[in-house]
Amino acid sequence: MTIHIQTDDFDTGLMLNKLRLASPSIGALVSFVGQVRDMNDGDAINTLTLEHYPEMTEKALVAIENEAKIRWDIIDSLIIHRVGTLKPLDQIVLVAVTSAHRGEAFKACDFIMDFLKTGAPFWKKETTSQGERWVEAKLADDEAKERWK
Amino acid sequence: MIIKILYFARIKEAVSYSTEEVDLPADVSTITALKNYLSLRGDTWASLFNGKQVVRAAINHALVDDLAVIQAADEVAFFPPVTGG
Repeated sequence: MTIHIQTDDFDTGLMLNKLRLASPSIGALVSFVGQVRDMNDGDAINTLTLEHYPEMTEKALVAIENEAKIRWDIIDSLIIHRVGTLKPLDQIVLVAVTSAHRGEAFKACDFIMDFLKTGAPFWKKETTSQGERWVEAKLADDEAKERWK
Repeated sequence: MIIKILYFARIKEAVSYSTEEVDLPADVSTITALKNYLSLRGDTWASLFNGKQVVRAAINHALVDDLAVIQAADEVAFFPPVTGG
């Protein structure tokens, strides 16, 4: 289980290969990459800046990975989340999970993203042609998390 | 008791600083009580902590609800609902 919080970009292909090649008992690798969109709420996005609570972020992500490991028979997991100022097409987050069979990895990856969205202390502020604004939390993200109860 | 309070995102901007140490009266021992106590600091604080906006709290880096108990030397953080990912 690995977590990286960083300002730098990451090489998704490299990270996924490393995770996949770690063990021949791995039969499935499921990953999610989130990237900055060029539009939000009808406005063109120039930049997206991510703030976080450094002392809490890693603890929150470790807890989410641990919970995924308890719920599903997974082999390993990886979370990379960027902070700082990004622009459209930049990668924001990578979540990847390995398991013997695909079902467990699909579910665990979905679960980790839903809990990251609602429980990890990151906040997005976007710059548009209208100026700066904080991104509002979405009810749909809370509803997505409720599925796992 | 003395605690440390941290503020993040729009709350940090509204109160114009990110961290402070506060010596709390003995009866301010929960997140709800602390929010009410901070509300007395003026209009900006009242509008943040009067319950109309959703303000999440963490104690010592763990998310808590408003009934959570605060102890001396705790690190309490206030922030809006998270928007990572």
